[in-house]
Amino acid sequence: MKVLIPIKRVIDANVKVRVRGDGSGVETQNVKMAMNPFCEIAVEEAVRLKEAGLAEELIVISCGVTQCQETLRTGLAMGADRGILVETDAELEPLAVAKLLKAVVDKESPDLIILGKQSVDGDNNQTGQMLAALLGWPQGTFISKIEIKDSGSAITREVDGGLEMLEIKLPAVVTVDLRLNEPRYASLPNIMKAKKKPIETISPDALGVDVAPRVEILEVTEPPSRQAGIKVESVGELVDKLRNEAKVI
Amino acid sequence: MDSVYFSEEHRMLGDQLRRFVDEEVRPNGESWEAAGRIPRAVLARMGELGFLGMRYPERYGGTALDTLASVVLAEELGRSGFGGFAITVLVHTDMASPHLARYGSPEQLERYLPQVIRGEAITAIGVTEPDAGSDVAALRTSAERSGNRGWVLNGAKTFITNGAQADLYFIAARTDPEAKGARGLSIFIVEKGAAGFTVARTLDKMGWRASDTAELVFEDCFVSSENLLGEESHGFYQIMDNFQNERTVMGAMAMGEAQRAIEITLDYVKTRKAFGGPLWDKQAIRNRLAMLAAKVEAGRQLVYHAAWLDAQGRDCVREVSMVKAYCGELVNEVMYACQQFHGGMGYMRESAIERMARDARIHSIGGGATEVMLEEVAKRLGH
Ligand SMILES: Cc1cc2nc3c(=O)[nH]c(=O)nc-3n(C[C@H](O)[C@H](O)[C@H](O)COP(=O)(O)OP(=O)(O)OC[C@H]3O[C@@H](n4cnc5c(N)ncnc54)[C@H](O)[C@@H]3O)c2cc1C
Repeated sequence: MKVLIPIKRVIDANVKVRVRGDGSGVETQNVKMAMNPFCEIAVEEAVRLKEAGLAEELIVISCGVTQCQETLRTGLAMGADRGILVETDAELEPLAVAKLLKAVVDKESPDLIILGKQSVDGDNNQTGQMLAALLGWPQGTFISKIEIKDSGSAITREVDGGLEMLEIKLPAVVTVDLRLNEPRYASLPNIMKAKKKPIETISPDALGVDVAPRVEILEVTEPPSRQAGIKVESVGELVDKLRNEAKVI
Repeated sequence: MDSVYFSEEHRMLGDQLRRFVDEEVRPNGESWEAAGRIPRAVLARMGELGFLGMRYPERYGGTALDTLASVVLAEELGRSGFGGFAITVLVHTDMASPHLARYGSPEQLERYLPQVIRGEAITAIGVTEPDAGSDVAALRTSAERSGNRGWVLNGAKTFITNGAQADLYFIAARTDPEAKGARGLSIFIVEKGAAGFTVARTLDKMGWRASDTAELVFEDCFVSSENLLGEESHGFYQIMDNFQNERTVMGAMAMGEAQRAIEITLDYVKTRKAFGGPLWDKQAIRNRLAMLAAKVEAGRQLVYHAAWLDAQGRDCVREVSMVKAYCGELVNEVMYACQQFHGGMGYMRESAIERMARDARIHSIGGGATEVMLEEVAKRLGH
């Protein structure tokens, strides 16, 4: 089985995000970047499938700027076999990424595609679903468990109020949730090995995909800062404020 | 860690270390401080991840990286804010085990290095004695020949990091009582539990409380000939040689600690309110922190430069001595200001800065006191 794992380079989850002075977006200059945490979980799951003898080849792919190579390198250090960079400086929306991925899937014919359920920057939660639709493949989203069987794959999804068990036929697209696994560290020997693994670079043009944005961003603003709290003198005053000012009771 | 000196693998190493510190060190550091030791499982885990053999040949399980990798390790461990944890690891990786890796015979390397890299055998370096610290050439522990089979050690070592818990000790002793000062010293590998070798006591310290520091006693301790490390009578030069790596690493660790202190102090003064606004609005505080941040940045770059010189195989004694003197003093200057800006809270045992200020004090004393380092710099000025 061949597994494709699309991964995204985002602002490191530990960085306090700031909005650019002109309100055009979030500041990414001189900010520490890292692999999207959900994508790490996707890579981990793929590596476990390989370790269990269920997958033969793991390909990590990233769409974006040259530096996405670093993110791919981390995926390779975790255990993927090779990388593909679809290199572009364009701001990529989920639909554009899904189209790029589809074009690569047409060439590579993987049996399974594992994505993060969303990336922590845009929180769009769209790419996996769009990719499945474009491919006409079954999809399982927000999965917390995956089992590969002869007939296909059994997955467990996290849904409101519980878990949903499904069986889907391969090839398929799955998107992973937080509780699926705990991603491993890239050990130093594996970091060194990753240096020797191949990364192929292709352009959106070569894939025949138009990545022009469909959405226009008008303005990005910081969330309003929290107002200072107040102390109330009595329960009566509290109830009064909750009822008449906050209007929550 | 964006710097011209680092390659992609250094940065990836830094990322993994930062995660290790966040997930494994910070949540447990307090309990290690209380216990006065680092659990062996933590060191073994670091071994598994390849953090303990970065400089050593692949043949023994290492990754053959250079001095800059040690700097990444030391800076990130320093940034944990738990100096006692950082030094436990760094003495093992960069102060003790390099003696084995550099001067060990093929048989000694084969026998010991793989366990050292895996974190199964923890190492200590014993140079300092009750009557000889900065003046290494004055050390008195003696090693007398015992036929052809080996040597008999007598004497005491003190302030030895990992002293109570190490498995392998590299002990400097005088093999030639006739030779003057520096010339008659040699280094021996002494295994834990060797007859005649005892850990006299574990010392109670101001800081680095998670690190064990001990006094060692050798009473007719027999060491076989195979355990002479390096050449007889070359011990002093072996020690001096390794000082360059050790001091660079101490400098990097200090700059990691200083960065962390500035970071937590920034958080504190931005939320702490006094006189109608956050402390951060006071120019006296902003300016001081900004200047300290500038000095720390300068210190880091000097560390990187010294490490790069070392990695290139160039003479770096002047720069390394500058690193040790400058960073050792600077980290204390930073801690003093950061503790000051924490107010009364900074004096409380429950605040991180209180521990960090105590931990920092040793940086201007251990591994080459500032005055001694400045003498090394002075000798090399003007040419
Ligand atoms: C927590 C801790 C851990 C340690 N770990 C180890 C270890 O693992 N292995 C090991 O071998 N040693 C270790 N040491 C020893 C350490 O390296 C020595 O303490 C250090 O070298 C200073 O030696 P000393 O304490 O004998 O001070 P001294 O040599 O007595 O010097 C005292 C002070 O005098 C001043 N001074 C000294 N020489 C000069 C000079 N030439 N000019 C001007 N001023 C001078 C300095 O201010 C110095 O601090 C450790 C020490 C501590 C505190």
